[in-house]
Amino acid sequence: MAGTDVVMAGFGGQGLMAIGKILAKAAMDEGLQVTWLPSYGPEMRGGTANCVVVIDDQPIGSPVVRQAHAAIVMNKQSIDKFEPTLVDHGLLVINTSLIDRRAERGDLRTVYVAANEVAESEGSGKAANMVMLGAYVGATGIVSPKAVEYAIAKTFEEKPKAAESSVRAFRRGYAAAQGQPS
Amino acid sequence: MAGQRLLMKGTEAIAEAAIRAGCHHFFGYPITPQTEIPEYMSVRLPPLGGTYLQAESEVAAINMLYGAGGAGVRVMTSSSSPGVALMSEGFSYLVGAEVPAVIVNIMRGGPGLGNIAPAQGDYLEMTRGFGHGDMHAIVLAPSTVQEAVDVMGLAFDLADEYRNPVVVIGDGLLGQMMEPVSFPDTEPKVFDKPWATTGKAKSRPRNITNSLYLDADQLEAHVRDLDVKFQRMDVEQRAECWMTDDHPEIVIVAYGTMARIAKTAIRQLRAKGLSVGLYRPITAWPFPSRALEPLVEPTRAFLTVEMSLGQLVQDIRAQVGRRRPVSFYGRAGGVVPTVEEIISQVELLHASLAAA
Amino acid sequence: MIEPLATDEKVVFERTEVLTDHALHYCPGCTHGIAHRLIAEVIEEMDIQDRTIGVCPVGCSVLAYQYFDVDIQQAAHGRAPAVATGIRRVLPPDRYVFTYQGDGDLASIGMGEILHAANRGEKITVIFLNNAIYGMTGGQMAPTTLPGQKTTTSPFGRDTAQTGHPIRMCEMLNTLVEPVLIARGSLSSPKGINRAKKLIRQAFELQHQGFTFVELLSTCPTGWGITPTDAVKWLDRNMTPFFPLQVFREPGAMPDASHKYAPDLKVRDEA
Repeated sequence: MAGTDVVMAGFGGQGLMAIGKILAKAAMDEGLQVTWLPSYGPEMRGGTANCVVVIDDQPIGSPVVRQAHAAIVMNKQSIDKFEPTLVDHGLLVINTSLIDRRAERGDLRTVYVAANEVAESEGSGKAANMVMLGAYVGATGIVSPKAVEYAIAKTFEEKPKAAESSVRAFRRGYAAAQGQPS
Repeated sequence: MAGQRLLMKGTEAIAEAAIRAGCHHFFGYPITPQTEIPEYMSVRLPPLGGTYLQAESEVAAINMLYGAGGAGVRVMTSSSSPGVALMSEGFSYLVGAEVPAVIVNIMRGGPGLGNIAPAQGDYLEMTRGFGHGDMHAIVLAPSTVQEAVDVMGLAFDLADEYRNPVVVIGDGLLGQMMEPVSFPDTEPKVFDKPWATTGKAKSRPRNITNSLYLDADQLEAHVRDLDVKFQRMDVEQRAECWMTDDHPEIVIVAYGTMARIAKTAIRQLRAKGLSVGLYRPITAWPFPSRALEPLVEPTRAFLTVEMSLGQLVQDIRAQVGRRRPVSFYGRAGGVVPTVEEIISQVELLHASLAAA
Repeated sequence: MIEPLATDEKVVFERTEVLTDHALHYCPGCTHGIAHRLIAEVIEEMDIQDRTIGVCPVGCSVLAYQYFDVDIQQAAHGRAPAVATGIRRVLPPDRYVFTYQGDGDLASIGMGEILHAANRGEKITVIFLNNAIYGMTGGQMAPTTLPGQKTTTSPFGRDTAQTGHPIRMCEMLNTLVEPVLIARGSLSSPKGINRAKKLIRQAFELQHQGFTFVELLSTCPTGWGITPTDAVKWLDRNMTPFFPLQVFREPGAMPDASHKYAPDLKVRDEA
């Protein structure tokens, strides 16, 4: 495989770091090389938070990515910040629950998903991040959904209810990406 | 758990690796971006019967290491640049009194309070002895989370073997990123420490942990003994030469996180047909000159890349001298040179070599 | 070669074995030697020489490691309580750990370390020699120098408007909950010396219960610029009124347990 990378961005508290770790774990369990790098420091406290996951089948060089192959954006600030930085024909996964505009660039592949509403319909508004992760995995096939579901189960080992609603939310996002990206 | 791949943050992997190396005693003070190390230790060490203690300051922490290391146990602290700077005096005492200990410095932007972003601005501070007096200490500079795990065990072994503190330097990126790691399943080496101050059995003379020699001749003799030891440490040189077997035109020099960013740049440059390799010190001190030397003649030009404004490059220039041009590219203040910046620097250098 | 004793002779005094044969470097009239011997005698009488680890400071007693025949560490200036913490925390609990510190070391540069070691209740004994001056560096003002007292760095007398008043360490430490013994003695008279030894003994005996602190008012004829006989009078006349000889804390006189307030700590309960 050719190496790829994804930046995940939104408000602190939307769970971007968490889905980054879940993706990283799924990739590791599939025998791939992976790095997960958070933005850290005072900006973690309530402002925008982002992390970058790099996945490859050979040892990973830079964990820092300026022009990502994909971005998962969960709020307006994030799409404004990261859309212009994506590589040509990159993938943009957009949370339409909190972002009221379309992608501006014509070259990008896009997936639109109302993550908050979908998550709430699955019983947990908190799982909007899982919907977004599902949409990304559905659009890229970078790891198998099974590996992600296993990573979710491990992450919420002591909270089976959260694990269940997260897996449901992930599957809804995954399904939403079928037929997209456009 | 040995052999199994685990996804771990650099800081937490460093802490776990230290514990598996037989270090059950930690003294430290919180500072970003390494606070997960003390946090991890505060969870893991008490059930092992070890010590986790939050010191009142970095100054106190390094002196707690002196007491504990002098009493014969494996002990460590971790901090970040400004906090490490506060440990300089105590570090010199560790060297002077020949007390083994391990100090982790997850470097951040300076000078002064600087910021908490990743940086490599402490290279000269760490590699030139880091303390008053004629002194040195081995400085290990891992580039990946796995290598950070591997060098922690080595650090404790080297500290005990030479009875000298050992420093492990990383930057905020290495500390904060997660990567898959596996831990060695070897038991930690056990060193005999007849010199430790554990309570004087009737059968032996008292042990003294001390760096004071008021008589000048005695102190000179002591410093010369230490110096012989520092020279012996030269055998610990470690470096990685990557993609240098085909004698590339340009060799990039970088360490730590910077080196892995350079690797991505080198892959892309090679895909464009440029001939580039990497020389990466793993021991920042002793400077790994033996691995660099065979590269000097075949290489047309060196480019040192740092997250600082020209520190490692001084060691490269000292060895390469006028034999080959050594250029430099660095960013500071927590700004990390990007793959793209490195590529453009190499392309410029390549063009100038072609024109020459 | 010492002549063997005749059988009818009775031994009334012997040097303690816990001091080495090394000749003390202290000035005539200095009380460090007395304090050393008291500590050594206590260690011998308690039969804990093989379980005792000392920590000596920077100051006149910087060479104390030459005199105590126990395992011993020489600490950086002011850091002896941190070094002792490191030793105490990693060695078996039956060990005895003591620091020996002067007033510059403990009450100035090492104020942070002594306060926090006391506050943590480190199971160590701190012997604090207070002679109101920096001896080793040649008679400079200390944090315990008396108001108006002339030193080489307060040549017109300590000006409290500029440099504050002397710090009373026992009183300050007595605000903390953890210490189990805090006491001040004086080495200015045989009576005071006997009392000082009892305090040191009490401190070592209580050490495994918690932090123990014995301050000893001491003379520095050289630094003060007076004769040894005048020095003990000077101590009694000038230091004792400001630094009262008192037991501030001992078991049975522990601070009221109403210090045990009941805060509402429902934070990070998930952790």
